[in-house]
Amino acid sequence: MTDRIKKLREQSLNAVNCISAERAQLVTEIYKSGLEAQVSVSVMRAKTLEYILENKSICINEDELIVGERGHAPKATPTYPEINLHSIEDLEILDSRKKVSFKVDEDTRRIYRDEIIPFWKGRSNRERIMRSMTPEWHEAYQAGIFTEFQEQRAPGHTVCGSKIYRKGMLDLIREVNEVKAKLDYSNDPDAFDKEQELTAMAIAANALITFANRHADKLKELAAKEENSSRKKELESMEAICRHIPAHAPRTFHEALQYYWFVHLGVITELNPWDSFNPGRLDQHLFPFYKNETEKGSLAKEQATELLEAFWIKFNNHPAPPKVGVTALESNTYTDFCLINLGGVKPDGSDAVNELTFLILDVIEEMRLLQPGSMVQVSRKNPDSFIYRTLKITKTGFGQPSYFNTDAIVQELVRQGKSIEDARNGGASGCVEAGAFGTEAYILTGYFNLPKVLEITLNNGTDPRTGKKIGIETGPAEEFTSFDELLKAFSQQLNYFIDTKIKGNNIIEKIFARYMPVPFLSLVIDDCISNGKDYNAGGARYNTSYIQGVGLGSITDSLTALKHHVFGRKTISMGGMLKAILQNFKDFEELRFELIYKTPKYGNDDDYADEQARTVFEYYYDAVNGRPTARGGTFRINMLPTTCHVYFGSVLGAMPDGRKAGQPLSEGISPVQGADSKGPTAVLKSAAKIDHIRTGGTLLNQKFTPSFFEGEESIPKLASLIRGYFRMNGHHIQFNVISADTLRDAQKHPEKYRDLIVRVAGYSDYFNDLGEDLQNEIIQRTEQHSL
Amino acid sequence: MKNKGLIFDIRRFTVHDGPGIRTTVFFKGCPMSCRWCHNPESQLDKPEKYFRNIPLDGRHFILEETAGKWMTVEEVMNEIEKDRIFYNESSGGVTFSGGEPLMQPAFLLDLLHACKTEDLQTTLDTCGFAEKKIIRRMMDQVDLFLFDIKLLDDAEHLRYTGVSNKIILENLDFLAGNRKNVILRFPCIPSITDSKSNKDALKALAEKYHPGIREIDLLPYHSLAKGKYQRLNKTDQHDDIPAVSMEEIRKFKEELEKTGMIVKIGG
Repeated sequence: MTDRIKKLREQSLNAVNCISAERAQLVTEIYKSGLEAQVSVSVMRAKTLEYILENKSICINEDELIVGERGHAPKATPTYPEINLHSIEDLEILDSRKKVSFKVDEDTRRIYRDEIIPFWKGRSNRERIMRSMTPEWHEAYQAGIFTEFQEQRAPGHTVCGSKIYRKGMLDLIREVNEVKAKLDYSNDPDAFDKEQELTAMAIAANALITFANRHADKLKELAAKEENSSRKKELESMEAICRHIPAHAPRTFHEALQYYWFVHLGVITELNPWDSFNPGRLDQHLFPFYKNETEKGSLAKEQATELLEAFWIKFNNHPAPPKVGVTALESNTYTDFCLINLGGVKPDGSDAVNELTFLILDVIEEMRLLQPGSMVQVSRKNPDSFIYRTLKITKTGFGQPSYFNTDAIVQELVRQGKSIEDARNGGASGCVEAGAFGTEAYILTGYFNLPKVLEITLNNGTDPRTGKKIGIETGPAEEFTSFDELLKAFSQQLNYFIDTKIKGNNIIEKIFARYMPVPFLSLVIDDCISNGKDYNAGGARYNTSYIQGVGLGSITDSLTALKHHVFGRKTISMGGMLKAILQNFKDFEELRFELIYKTPKYGNDDDYADEQARTVFEYYYDAVNGRPTARGGTFRINMLPTTCHVYFGSVLGAMPDGRKAGQPLSEGISPVQGADSKGPTAVLKSAAKIDHIRTGGTLLNQKFTPSFFEGEESIPKLASLIRGYFRMNGHHIQFNVISADTLRDAQKHPEKYRDLIVRVAGYSDYFNDLGEDLQNEIIQRTEQHSL
Repeated sequence: MKNKGLIFDIRRFTVHDGPGIRTTVFFKGCPMSCRWCHNPESQLDKPEKYFRNIPLDGRHFILEETAGKWMTVEEVMNEIEKDRIFYNESSGGVTFSGGEPLMQPAFLLDLLHACKTEDLQTTLDTCGFAEKKIIRRMMDQVDLFLFDIKLLDDAEHLRYTGVSNKIILENLDFLAGNRKNVILRFPCIPSITDSKSNKDALKALAEKYHPGIREIDLLPYHSLAKGKYQRLNKTDQHDDIPAVSMEEIRKFKEELEKTGMIVKIGG
């Protein structure tokens, strides 16, 4: 690591999160100007972005190589009052909360009190959404049956493809104008909408060029003042870069990185899309530049490394924009989920691993930063050397990179109707979500609490926590005479809540299409330009909406316990079981012991238990998959929790698997914490019994203590473990390499473990930033047997 | 096939008992009673009950378990088959360990045949204490022998393991003479096997068999088995064994490597 990178990295790690009111102020100014009444919504949104990019402060940090900050300084984080309006109390909470706090200064509070809140109160998109939901939706939402992603953040969930490395903003404007010129007002009833959207796109493209030129101006100014001659030259060359891109396509490695970064800032300034935005297949996009320049001799490997490391730091400077209210609980830790993809296959299906792939792996190992996250796509075409190199990073105890199955992802995407090339150009983003990069809007719409639906079923439609009837009546559980009857009732209840969720989604998607278009993001994702249609309105080539199932292990074990004890061995009646869970196992300790220690559990390659996982999966799939979305796309399922299994557990009473009220649910498709006792191969076998190919992603977490990695043979053996899982079509696996004692010590002495990073549900986070319950869960998770 | 064997555990994803990812089948019953044994439940050749004390909700529950289950070849093969995909990926397979598998020769032979029919790599982890005719019947079905050498002085061997080492050394000689694939395993037990004379004798043995035998694994002593002794109500004789010095084991490794052998710590 060069001294420069050391310094910038340190700066980034030490920078304190703060709320910046700048964006909110600028947005308020332009909305107050009266322009809104004169132009279409699309144009208004483009004009808003233009106004921000023309007026926001320009930040160039000392010795930087890649420039541009969303706020006025690293980790200064803007707000998006048009999406969700922070109250003064929200700002107080952000300022004072223990985990992931954001400093809020007096000025910001004043601006919010005097300017932002008075104007936006009642006008924010969140309020618009909440007003539009039905009472049934609100009841289910409040009960914790599901969450709603789009209530506080804009639909994002997309990844940049290869286009920007070939086309400058001026090229895109040319394309926009060509489509505009061909609009047929006499035969196309949507021609006017298209014209407005295309106009907006051109405004947005120009706004980014202006933004880059403002950086160039500032760099010129700095160069003039600079006394160190080598830095002066650097600043001059950076100025030239910012004048060339993003107007024109990049010519060099440095230009390509800086271009992406401007595009990134454009996307996350326009709105606050989920999962931020992401360069995706970075080793593929950059390789032509790298190869060309290293062959010519104009770029040394060390320079490329330094540029990549400077690029890495930019991501780490940008925390996720903070939310308000209940969702802080639903997702109690968040970074913005950028996930760099490495490896995989080329569009023609051949091995995509190249020299730059390995260089980027070095960067990941050396930087050890939370953001950007990283993953490797492992195809059977990829060499073992690639997976071995990656495992050596895993071995260092850094929760990255995670491992993804390219061959499964391609099948998943092709099954959904993508062309084979688009599928091969895809990968995974966010936590584990499969997508066609550059061509797909794959929107996560919310988590779905599968065990809660079982709880409601066992109570004939009533939520025992509140006593409210929020579901449908499927009959008193005590009267079920067979396990099949119970399953049938569960399936009816499940379909009712999925219907409720989907009705809400279809309204929310229309709200975003109508009120919150994103002309800038639409420029980047194909085929929004040629369709003349916004990303949020279904302009992308592929449109998918996901509902993410949570708690597969918990519901599987609960159903298995009912099948085994109530309907099979008949050692306890349904009434008895209901009483036990209602009393949170008080006076039923013997039963709880039986349930935990003498009942088949998911995760042990035991068909008796795993069968319930398959059944739930099929019900869930049938309830969601294939239904049309309001954007003209299709609903699909995936199985991932982020940290929502903690929130979902907190609203759920005791369950027949022996879990006590309020405890976290199982996470992803991992077994219930501590329930797997047959080692990792058994876990993988169990997890592979559901059909991953019919999902858009599943998440499996495996924890290893460092001792597993001792000895030279551990790496190939772990590689075989991954390859074996992937041969069974497993989608994703990640490893935590840590000892429980280390973690306990970290809980006691957080100050000694500031750099301790663990993977939680598909992404990495600082252990110290996790809530105590999550910390405990990570400690508790079964350590692997064969150590 | 009516033949049943007494098995006390079948563990998956064992990675220290031969090449690749493996399933290890632990036979119950052992002719030896080594002072340092870390599998005390493996010694007796019949099922044993033991009790696990499990705290839950502020109370203690007793979980009764039985070490040792009579299983058919088919039942064992069903378990083995479960991880076939991982054996394939890693060039792994099945390890028969114990206890002493050779104490149940008919059952072991049936299992070995079944594995070979299924094209599975077989490894036999043995103390070598068995009649030669049994070894002869087995040896063509075994791809790799993990052959324990503990103490080379016969009197010492008798004292710490309960049996003479004469037959063991003869069997080793027999396997080496038949050019079988053998890895020697040497438990490094402080104050018992780590004397200079025993180590020197092991080195001499290594010199004698190299290059017919190419690898020795040094297994550092650990006291993880204490809890097992308690559960089985057996006297734990580990307390007077001092902690292992990794430094010394590494030194010994270097010493042994001079013979040309591949030496691994941990196996």
